[in-house]
Amino acid sequence: MPHYSARIYVTLRPSVLDPAGTAVQSGLAHMGYSNVETVRIGKYIELTLEADSEDAANQQLDRMCDQLLANPVIENYRFELQTLATA
Amino acid sequence: MKFGIIVFPGANCDRDVAYVTRDILGQPTRMVWHEDSDLSDLDVVVVPGGFSYGDYLRCGAIARFSPAMQATVEHANQGKPVLGICNGFQILTEVGLLPGALMRNRDMRFICDRVPLKVERTSLLWTANYAQGQVITLPIAHGEGCYYADEATLAELEANNQVVFRYCGPDGAVDAEHNHNGSLGNIAGICNRQGNVLGLMPHPERAADAVLGGIDGLPLFESLVQALVAA
Repeated sequence: MPHYSARIYVTLRPSVLDPAGTAVQSGLAHMGYSNVETVRIGKYIELTLEADSEDAANQQLDRMCDQLLANPVIENYRFELQTLATA
Repeated sequence: MKFGIIVFPGANCDRDVAYVTRDILGQPTRMVWHEDSDLSDLDVVVVPGGFSYGDYLRCGAIARFSPAMQATVEHANQGKPVLGICNGFQILTEVGLLPGALMRNRDMRFICDRVPLKVERTSLLWTANYAQGQVITLPIAHGEGCYYADEATLAELEANNQVVFRYCGPDGAVDAEHNHNGSLGNIAGICNRQGNVLGLMPHPERAADAVLGGIDGLPLFESLVQALVAA
């Protein structure tokens, strides 16, 4: 079975306030980067998996994100899938 | 009436709840390990506060998949009472028994305090022993207690009278000044549509014995026991 690697990006939905992002933005401003306009902090997850096909891997990743890796109430997600060379 | 208190790795309020249900109220109480999936002997399931699974990924995200939580969902779907306190409230939202989510406090600080709360609804088995609009004081201790839900969900909560507790001033004023963590609508606790599932960030179990400095949490447990004994 082919192996895949996935890079998963979990971000706060635009309607959700991000107090951590705001705090970081103020830190950047203290460094002198007062030109920074927005900061939003999310999560980045890497995983590898074995699946029948790219479609199957995509479907599984969607379910993983919907049920655990992201909380759809407050977060969006997207991922990039890459086929790994078989050893 | 038999209480069950779910014990997760990282839970730290489980014994506080047991002290109330077993020692103060004299009710049989079973500590339920998170891998236990048979809750059929229980009348009430309590999901206690703490830091289940280290709060990894998101508060409550991993706990929701434990066998005990899957059984708790079945218990709730049978119309039986489920109480989630603090981390327990977070878990109940993650598992979908309650709507919305609990996010990082607006001011980024962990808040440990005693705060006034307004009792918004008394027609529940949880709150019958309070007076409508009564201001009570309960401890809070959380870093992620900022209640969030989209506009439609929030409107539905209000329309169905599902907001049970709100942060308020000592005189009962529900305003921005007394909204400690930035929760939408000053929401501190909500119930599901049927009213058998209650989640709240404050700790009623830490305010049920006078030696701890307050007993405003005790009527919640007493209401429940009385309602179930009468049923």
